[in-house]
Amino acid sequence: MNETRMIPANGAPQELAIRVRDVVVGFGSKLVLKGLDLDVRRGEVLGFVGGSGTGKSVLTRAILGLVPKRGGSIEVFGQNLDHLTPAEARRMGQRWGVLFQHGALFSGLTVGQNIQVPMREYLDISQELMDELAFLKLDLVGLPRDAAFKYPSELSGGMIKRAALARALALDPEIVFLDEPTSGLDPIGAADFDELIATLQRTLGLTVYMVTHDLDSLYSICDRIAALADGKIIATGTVEDMLASDHPWVRSYFHGSRSRQVMASRAAGARG
Amino acid sequence: MREAGGPYFSSEGHGAARVLVLAGEWTIEHGAALEEAGAALARAGQGAQTLALDLSSVAALDTAGAWVIDKARSQLAAAGVDASVRHRDASQALLMKEAEFRSFEIALPASGSPVKELLSDVGESVFNAWRDFVGGISFLGQVVYTLFRALLQPARLRFTSIVYHIESFAFRGLPIIALINFLVGCIVAQQGIFQLQQFGATAFAVDLIGILVLRELAVLLTAIMIAGRSGSAITAELGSMKMREEIDALRVMGLDPIEVLALPRILALIISLPLLTFLADISALFGGLLVAWSYGDISPEVFMARLKSAIAFNTFMVGIIKAPFMALVIGMIAAIEGFGVQGSAESLGRQVTASVVKAIFMVIVVDGLFAMFFAAINY
Repeated sequence: MNETRMIPANGAPQELAIRVRDVVVGFGSKLVLKGLDLDVRRGEVLGFVGGSGTGKSVLTRAILGLVPKRGGSIEVFGQNLDHLTPAEARRMGQRWGVLFQHGALFSGLTVGQNIQVPMREYLDISQELMDELAFLKLDLVGLPRDAAFKYPSELSGGMIKRAALARALALDPEIVFLDEPTSGLDPIGAADFDELIATLQRTLGLTVYMVTHDLDSLYSICDRIAALADGKIIATGTVEDMLASDHPWVRSYFHGSRSRQVMASRAAGARG
Repeated sequence: MREAGGPYFSSEGHGAARVLVLAGEWTIEHGAALEEAGAALARAGQGAQTLALDLSSVAALDTAGAWVIDKARSQLAAAGVDASVRHRDASQALLMKEAEFRSFEIALPASGSPVKELLSDVGESVFNAWRDFVGGISFLGQVVYTLFRALLQPARLRFTSIVYHIESFAFRGLPIIALINFLVGCIVAQQGIFQLQQFGATAFAVDLIGILVLRELAVLLTAIMIAGRSGSAITAELGSMKMREEIDALRVMGLDPIEVLALPRILALIISLPLLTFLADISALFGGLLVAWSYGDISPEVFMARLKSAIAFNTFMVGIIKAPFMALVIGMIAAIEGFGVQGSAESLGRQVTASVVKAIFMVIVVDGLFAMFFAAINY
């Protein structure tokens, strides 16, 4: 394999980063996911949309192993997550990074220490290199270096998201899960964050799995979009595929007034 | 493939112009091996005039690997070696550029001298204690004002809420409080009997139990338990409401949080604590009776007769009078600390701890003040 893993394989058929088949998740008597199938290809940015309460977060959490599933299989990098040995499960923890919706930074640690937590747990490198790498990640996500000495409670919402992204990237994962990365950010901050994710994805060759409600993010950085409704994936494809879809929910989502405004402004931006 | 295939390099050419050919996986998962390879890279390049780091055979590269390589390059450059990096392709070049070596020397916030810090900490604590005291007085004023306003319009007293809190403080707290007082009654009786036996004054153990329990122990233990059980609950409840802006929501609706939230809880405590103290008295005396019977051969009839002569109504009242004041102190501290919670969950935890510690401390201080007062008036 004389090839850096940064380069997404461009030939079809693309290698799958995540393969979800027939997954069933329920709470009590209510089924949230009813036999859901989803593919995430290596090196792509997949936007995952769905109405509130349809189970977007549940699927993400099921893939991460935080919610038990009742049936089906989930493979990440070709490994079935149900059949991992403890050592393989630890290994998996190094290969994915997660940005939780509210950052989930450890409140008792500074930002720098937060970024070093996975390094400290998994690697036997010197404190000097850990410090350097932590600062490097801060630079990558566009945070000032003095943020390393601050506690999460001293940061603004946008800075928390960036710091949490820096922690998710601490071990140079191959795939990052982003749970509503731009929610709670102002439009300028959200656009910056989209830009940042796109840059990182290009530079590091990341696979990005992004749960989002942000139409701007969907239009600007997602290679593919998957839409969830009624416990199943009802449509996948590019923005154009979504616009062409007949499903009523997808139609109302992508042809709603907000979506049209975003498209109009993007079209105007492209012309200007 | 993962653990094997770590980073390594080979040197081509000698003397002034050298090429270091890097191979294997220069990724962070190799940890110490990666760090060591970077240091070895810097050593291997020493003494050369021009040096090329050839990345074309590298199997995998990530930011950490790129950082280590570029750090070695910059160290060599600083030592006077004309070091350069040969990339294989654009993505490697992009990665090397992102992880370019830079110095992270940052002025850390300078720490002052320890003596200065100690003095400033002491000053801060004194200032905070004074501020707590003033804040407590002003809060007491607000509570009293709110109470009188509510008494003028009894509809504002929120009886449902008061009854609900009496249930949770008194009724639900009764089993544990009765049990603790029962046990302490037993223990005091046992020690009293053992110590007084030496003087042949076993019967006086009953006097000891009766007076100690009624005047001090029952009310003190009950107040401490309530501070820990209900004071913390009040602080946590009000604090989480503060965190979620519920208190602000009340304010903008024109409602007074003290009247709606604090007053019913404080009144419920003031009603509950004397009731609980009365039951605590009974269970502690009952514990004493049982132990006196089994250890001191004092039959229940003798115990009761002795108790009757040892205590008077005022012995009982000394304990009961203190209870509402302790309840007021606990309730006020709990409410102040609850309203003082800031946005974060750590702050909530801190305030709950502070509430319990301060409430227990103040309960004991109040008990001491009452002891002096009752001694002065010979009650």
